[in-house]
Amino acid sequence: MADDAHGAAAAEHAAEEGGLVFHPMDQFIVKPLFGGDTVGLFTVTNVTLWMALAVLAIFALLVMATSKRAIVPGRSQSIAELAYGFIYKMVEDVAGKDATPYFPYVMTLFMFIVCSNFLGLLPMSFTTTSHIAVTAIMAMAVFLSVTIIGFAKHGIGFLSLFWISAAPLPLRPILALIEIISYFVRPISHSIRLAGNMMAGHAVIKVFAGFAAVTLIAPVSVLAITAIYALEVLVSFIQAYVFAILTCVYLKDALHPHH
Amino acid sequence: MATETDSHGAAEAASVCVDSHGGAIGMPQLCGDWMGNQIFWLIVTLVVIFLILSRVALPRIAAILAERQGTITNDLAEAENLKARAVEAEEAYNQALADARSEALRIAAEAKAEIQGELNDAIEKADAEIGARAAESEKAIAEIRAGALESIREVATDTATEIVGALGGTADADAVTGAVQSRMKG
Amino acid sequence: MEGDIVQMGAYIGAGLACTGMGGAAVGVGHVVGNYLSGALRNPSAAAGQTATMFIGIAFSEALGIFSFLVALLLMFAV
Repeated sequence: MADDAHGAAAAEHAAEEGGLVFHPMDQFIVKPLFGGDTVGLFTVTNVTLWMALAVLAIFALLVMATSKRAIVPGRSQSIAELAYGFIYKMVEDVAGKDATPYFPYVMTLFMFIVCSNFLGLLPMSFTTTSHIAVTAIMAMAVFLSVTIIGFAKHGIGFLSLFWISAAPLPLRPILALIEIISYFVRPISHSIRLAGNMMAGHAVIKVFAGFAAVTLIAPVSVLAITAIYALEVLVSFIQAYVFAILTCVYLKDALHPHH
Repeated sequence: MATETDSHGAAEAASVCVDSHGGAIGMPQLCGDWMGNQIFWLIVTLVVIFLILSRVALPRIAAILAERQGTITNDLAEAENLKARAVEAEEAYNQALADARSEALRIAAEAKAEIQGELNDAIEKADAEIGARAAESEKAIAEIRAGALESIREVATDTATEIVGALGGTADADAVTGAVQSRMKG
Repeated sequence: MEGDIVQMGAYIGAGLACTGMGGAAVGVGHVVGNYLSGALRNPSAAAGQTATMFIGIAFSEALGIFSFLVALLLMFAV
């Protein structure tokens, strides 16, 4: 019975294909990999697949490429060293020298996001970082750990982050209110920035791909897809960078709350 | 999209967020049914990545970078060392050269002085010899001269006596001698 | 009929929300333009401020992303 309904729906769906039909959101659907319809907590889905691929990519880049431990690095080893140096310098410059113990956490986030973003750019792939659930967990983890670090290091003095002593006294309560609101908006903007960027780019590519069905504007559409794809490659890296650098900025606030 | 949702309805959908032919209903990102699964796998992934990075990758890369830094520093130090040694060697060479030069000068001066001394000795000796010989010769000449004078006087006296005798006079020996004597002085 | 009007309102709202992204574009352009003019005046100090520029871009871009999100919510979730 279900099969009949499914067949009918498929036929109807096929009939729609002739016109301008956009399914920009279909690429974000979570599907179970090994049959079954329901997505339970532990179901192996395409999310699992692409996250595992990201882990594999990180393993290949940072572990296998450096297995020779060459003094004069090869191509892949120098990429690994470049990534290490890039993030290490960022943590040191933005969050301060005493933030280097947290470097592995920032590196974990950065490597996961950058690998997921780039894997998501492969055709037919699934972009794990385009889901708000994924980015929100990462942003909440950063927010909570930063808050806990702040209170653990400075106790109640961490609240001086909101009390700007440089401002004139009558303005301080208002500024404190604004600071508190902006502090709690941080995880929201932190997560939505990444997910929104990834989702928007992929959806736009998909919309232009829909236009390609019309012969008259197909060349324009293909050119536009190419251009947006190039932009997306840039955005993929920049968003990972921005996520990591904002983590460092928040970490700096937790370690040095006094303005 | 939304119209599609209306036409098919959620009733025949395979799950709440997907319609019957696999299209998305609304935003898949906001589908609550999938979030647990994503969060679970995300946490697994992040923990795995964190373990890989903190246990293997980061210490290894840090070790490689430190080793390279050490090698570079060592190489630089060694180069510095070699340079210092080269400078030292050059200095030693210059020193040896200067030593050799001064030694050569000293030897030359010594040799010169020695030769000069020998020469002086030889000249002195020669001078002395020449002086002695000259004195001897002078003496001999004086003797010869004296001898010659005596002879001349004798000859002159004899000749004068003979001439006087030949002229028929009687030669007074003292007068002849006195006359010869005065003549020879004049 | 009533549903159609709600739908229409949602779509119009989504379109209006998209104008917010223009503001974000202006903001990002302003940040990068000012960074560039500063960098051309004093190129030696530019390298140290690249991170600050990216933070500024991220903050101003976030607001554009918010309006995009509102548009998406109106389109798909309401």
